Amino acid sequence: MIEFRSVSKQFPDGTKAVQGFDLTIPSRSTTVFVGSSGCGKTTLLRMVNRMVEPSAGQILIDGEDIATTDAVQLRRRIGYVMQNSGLLPHRSVLDNITTVLRLNRTPKAEARERGLTLMDTVGLDRALAKRYPSQLSGGQQQRVGVARGLAVEPNILLMDEPFGAVDPIVRTELQEELLRLQRELGKTVVFVTHDIDEAFLLGDQIVILKKGGVIAQQGTPEEILANPVDDFVADFVGAHRGKRSLSLKQVDGRTIVVDADGKPAGVLAEGAA
Amino acid sequence: MNLFQEALAWLTSPDRASGTLPLAEAIGQHIGFTAVSVLIAAAVAIPLGYLIGHTGRGREIAVGLSGAARAIPSFGLILLLVLVLGVTRSEVGAVIAFVLLAIPSILAGAYAGVQAVDRRTVDAARSMGMTEWQILLKVEAPLGLPLLIGGLRSATLQVVATVTLAGYVNLGGIGFHIIQGLQLRRYEQILGASLIVVVLALALDLLFALIALAVRPGGSSSARPRRRLATS
Repeated sequence: MIEFRSVSKQFPDGTKAVQGFDLTIPSRSTTVFVGSSGCGKTTLLRMVNRMVEPSAGQILIDGEDIATTDAVQLRRRIGYVMQNSGLLPHRSVLDNITTVLRLNRTPKAEARERGLTLMDTVGLDRALAKRYPSQLSGGQQQRVGVARGLAVEPNILLMDEPFGAVDPIVRTELQEELLRLQRELGKTVVFVTHDIDEAFLLGDQIVILKKGGVIAQQGTPEEILANPVDDFVADFVGAHRGKRSLSLKQVDGRTIVVDADGKPAGVLAEGAA
Repeated sequence: MNLFQEALAWLTSPDRASGTLPLAEAIGQHIGFTAVSVLIAAAVAIPLGYLIGHTGRGREIAVGLSGAARAIPSFGLILLLVLVLGVTRSEVGAVIAFVLLAIPSILAGAYAGVQAVDRRTVDAARSMGMTEWQILLKVEAPLGLPLLIGGLRSATLQVVATVTLAGYVNLGGIGFHIIQGLQLRRYEQILGASLIVVVLALALDLLFALIALAVRPGGSSSARPRRRLATS
């Protein structure tokens, strides 16, 4: 469980990224911070592994104030996956995955074995183990990033727009993989994105943020879609644009689902209606 | 015989193995001065460059001092230091001058190498739980190595050329033969000895080019085709 207690962050240049933020993130589920640029979502995420220190307030992991822990040790037990994969360009795929294991003095053979197993876990061909990051596709690099994040078997996995820089097809693939992984591993995932569809797909709990880290609404995707608390949320989830108001239409004997603009959203599954 | 042939004749004459300063010994002294000076300069400049590159502090001072140091006339500096320290310690004076000459290039190479590393890579290393030392030694130093080697390369070339001046303050080296040739107006000797300095400089340059190839970090774009061949 991760608790934010009236956390604020003011950067040295005077920007108030987050003010008086309170939130409890339950264990073994996925919480998604979603909001536009500058809403402080990445700042909030980076405060969990102390890459950003709060100016005020406390963050607790399982009841322990992280300000009292050693930042380096804390980071080694939290998985972190970032947008540009953040792989070390001079190290092979396997060495990248096992970096933290080796920092924690795991014997080389054991780390190697664990690294190869992780490559299976995230759906990477073991033949890629000796490649360098620049020799991989964007999607493969992100998989390596996820494998590295999982290497130390962390309870907490922080993901900062991890699928933001890959093309839509690969993104869908990676999202499905993450859902599968999460079903198998049950980590406490904190996921940051500006894509509300991604948030609805992956999140057990959604936290919609306004500028300055203000929570506009939090809840399950269903709760938010059913009852957007205000115009901001309704606009953000696309309710105002008619994107979420779907209706049925018969085309060539099949039932097509269209949104308010008449744009096809999908086909009604057999027997669903 | 033209001057070049005379210079070659001077170089290959059996007299070069004897005399006040046998040629082999002069070359040895020359390489010795160069090596000692570059090593001392590296010991000073690399940690300082890494510190500046890693913390981003003191950059302006380093750049300014390096620029100023490059403008110092080396000949004047050697004479000044030898005079100040006394003729009995002329060796120390000369080496200090060579070290001062070598520091700016090495400092710039070390500092630029660390600075050139993508900040996002450093951020990733830190967020994985690397200590600042580990970031420096396992990420910034290996990735910045090509630029550091480049700095060492230009420092070495500058020093190997300037060590010729050691002959002027009676410290031997290949410069001894050039200065002696000047005094005796033996142009074939001047040219012969100069050619050795040139060949030495080219050899060192080649050596550094090979080192630069060898230390290229894995995964850099130029290393790719070779790696592919090796793995397939």
